Amino acid sequence: MHVPDGFLDAPTSLATGVVAAAGVALALRRARADLDDRTAPLAGLVAVFVFAGQMINFPVGAGTSGHLIGGALAAVLVGPWVATLSLTVVVAVQALLFADGGLTALGANVALMGLVGVWVGWAVFRLARAVLPGRLASVPIAAAVGGALSVPAAALTFVGLYAVGGAAPIPLGSLVTAMGAWHAVIGIGEGLITLLVVGALVRTRPDLVHGARGLVGAEDVLEIRERAVR
Amino acid sequence: MGARPGLHLHIDGDSVLHRLPAHAKVVGLLAFALTTVAVPAPGWWPLTVAMLTGCGLVALTGVAWRYVWPRLLIEVPFLLFAAVLPFVASGPRMALGPLQVSEVGLLSAWALAAKGTAAVLAATAFAVTTTPRDLVVGLQRLHVPDTLVGILSFMVRYAAVVGDEMRRMRIARESRGFRAASLRSWPTLGRTLGALFVRSFERGERVHVSMVSRGWTGTFPTFATATAGLVDWACAALPALLVALTAAWALAS
Repeated sequence: MHVPDGFLDAPTSLATGVVAAAGVALALRRARADLDDRTAPLAGLVAVFVFAGQMINFPVGAGTSGHLIGGALAAVLVGPWVATLSLTVVVAVQALLFADGGLTALGANVALMGLVGVWVGWAVFRLARAVLPGRLASVPIAAAVGGALSVPAAALTFVGLYAVGGAAPIPLGSLVTAMGAWHAVIGIGEGLITLLVVGALVRTRPDLVHGARGLVGAEDVLEIRERAVR
Repeated sequence: MGARPGLHLHIDGDSVLHRLPAHAKVVGLLAFALTTVAVPAPGWWPLTVAMLTGCGLVALTGVAWRYVWPRLLIEVPFLLFAAVLPFVASGPRMALGPLQVSEVGLLSAWALAAKGTAAVLAATAFAVTTTPRDLVVGLQRLHVPDTLVGILSFMVRYAAVVGDEMRRMRIARESRGFRAASLRSWPTLGRTLGALFVRSFERGERVHVSMVSRGWTGTFPTFATATAGLVDWACAALPALLVALTAAWALAS
């Protein structure tokens, strides 16, 4: 579930908004290097996939629900900077066109999924790749581990936010148990889906997988040439 | 075409809200949501007005309620959470009929439910009156960075491509006797997802290359669209103003 309006108090909403805006601004600058003619459509496609994945909701106790995030998947496919931007667009569209997640909580949602989800996923992915043998087959496994851990990380970050600026007092212990335990289970699902998708992609078009760079020869890369005739 | 998954929330119509330029609506919606969330608890009157305003906005779209209800379902888990709050929150207890509930929890539950409902109603009114295309143009006019607008417009374009591709692949799977029954069908579905990604991308890649060869430079041209006049901005600001004024009156009295 995305954080809805009125869930976090105004100062926390504002603070997360500032953090999210700073993160997105940095991503905008750093993504320019990754985002050429070819990857811009890829970022849009990743956004569609993440969007579809986030539509599947699993009920969690106490009336909240959890869903896949897709942050690690996006980071492995297009790189963490572009992934942050893709997730930001997805969350904004959900808030504006689907009323899923509050507009005032947009900052919190972007921070949770676009920053924590993506970057924890990416960091774990890099770590796992460093440990695993440097073969293409390691990429989906590392991505799955990243996906599996990024979900509970985002859920626990949310609990932290709620502890700081929750609108209603709830004993923290029960919130940690409900969110942490359930999202650990959802994380396994996220890891499985990440494994299957990245696995299928690495087998057919490894050149499209950002996280597999350095393992693929550069011979089959699409090239757009300067026009020859003026 | 049938029901395609994608960004098809918009419902055609010719109401004031349909005609209002998208960027004015985005700003108005944002102002409304911010004002509503900023109302201090318990805020009986301002939050009631906010919910009524939300209902009024949806009514103003002229879209039949039976189309709107399914969209409001998104709020159900959240309302359930609010309903549980009085029982799980800490603080002094009070009697509510035969039940002992937390006083703070009860007040928070009301504020949460009211704020959430008002915001969801307003956002729904926005969603059914704004096409994805209008949203792209509106965000562009609000000077949202080009990169984000670019990703958004590719997302809007790919939603239909992916939906169509998915339908074709499902038909192909089922005509070969596949039925998703147990865990054993997961690898097949996973490969389908991967193939779906590659096929959608390659289709988009072909479109993209043909666009480049026709002189697309990577920046999105701004189209001449209806500009927002003073009246439009005033209309867009009205819901937020209503809530703010009621809140000010409630605090003063």
